[in-house]
Amino acid sequence: MKKILVACGAGVVTSTTAMNKLQEELNNRGISTDEYSLGQSSVAQIESLAPEYDLVITTTQYDNDAVKIPVINGLPLLTNIGIDNVIDEVVDKLGL
Amino acid sequence: MELLLPELVFAHVKVNTADEVLHFLANKLQVNGKVKNTFENAVMQRERIHPTGLPSGKIAVAIPHTDVQYVNEAAIAFATLDHPVPFHNMAETKKILDVQIVVMLALKDPHSQVKMLQKLMTLFQNQKLLSDLQKLNDSQELYQIISKHI
Repeated sequence: MKKILVACGAGVVTSTTAMNKLQEELNNRGISTDEYSLGQSSVAQIESLAPEYDLVITTTQYDNDAVKIPVINGLPLLTNIGIDNVIDEVVDKLGL
Repeated sequence: MELLLPELVFAHVKVNTADEVLHFLANKLQVNGKVKNTFENAVMQRERIHPTGLPSGKIAVAIPHTDVQYVNEAAIAFATLDHPVPFHNMAETKKILDVQIVVMLALKDPHSQVKMLQKLMTLFQNQKLLSDLQKLNDSQELYQIISKHI
């Protein structure tokens, strides 16, 4: 089971939207929620939560060398512009 | 519950800065009892740390919001601007976007409002519709059209 953390500024609004979209897009590719689980947080919590996850997707800018798992810019999950590339990257990084 | 109210939709608001439109919309939300008097300051502070400009295309939008604790009752305030004002890009904070539509979100429980959020995002992706909305001068007319989409 792969674990994906979806984060935004406050961990409330855009991460909720992005999470929902991510689930829909993965489902469209035949990847069900049996294969991964999702968590949600604010960007401030990423560093402490990262050890429990395989991948982080953020809708806000995030650079932190202390985080050792892949961090993907999830803005396309909100704007739909370039969304296929984001999903490709998630699938690729997690081997889904 | 209706999140979009006619009294919280504004066409061609005349402002020159992001702060001015944040003040305008936060004040309207407060006057209508939707948010606490601490909401405006919280939105302003948050916009500086985590900006909310969305590069949605030719017509860029911003979705200022803050923590649920400042909200009394969920609502959204929707404004088209008379002329674009600069907001920082959510994903690349140093970049500036010329924003023409601002939707201030006062949410209580985003998970139960995710359908509305998705509809809003879908609306932002429809640049033709945004361009049509941008042309409207009448707030009532603007409300009528938006309410069909969210």
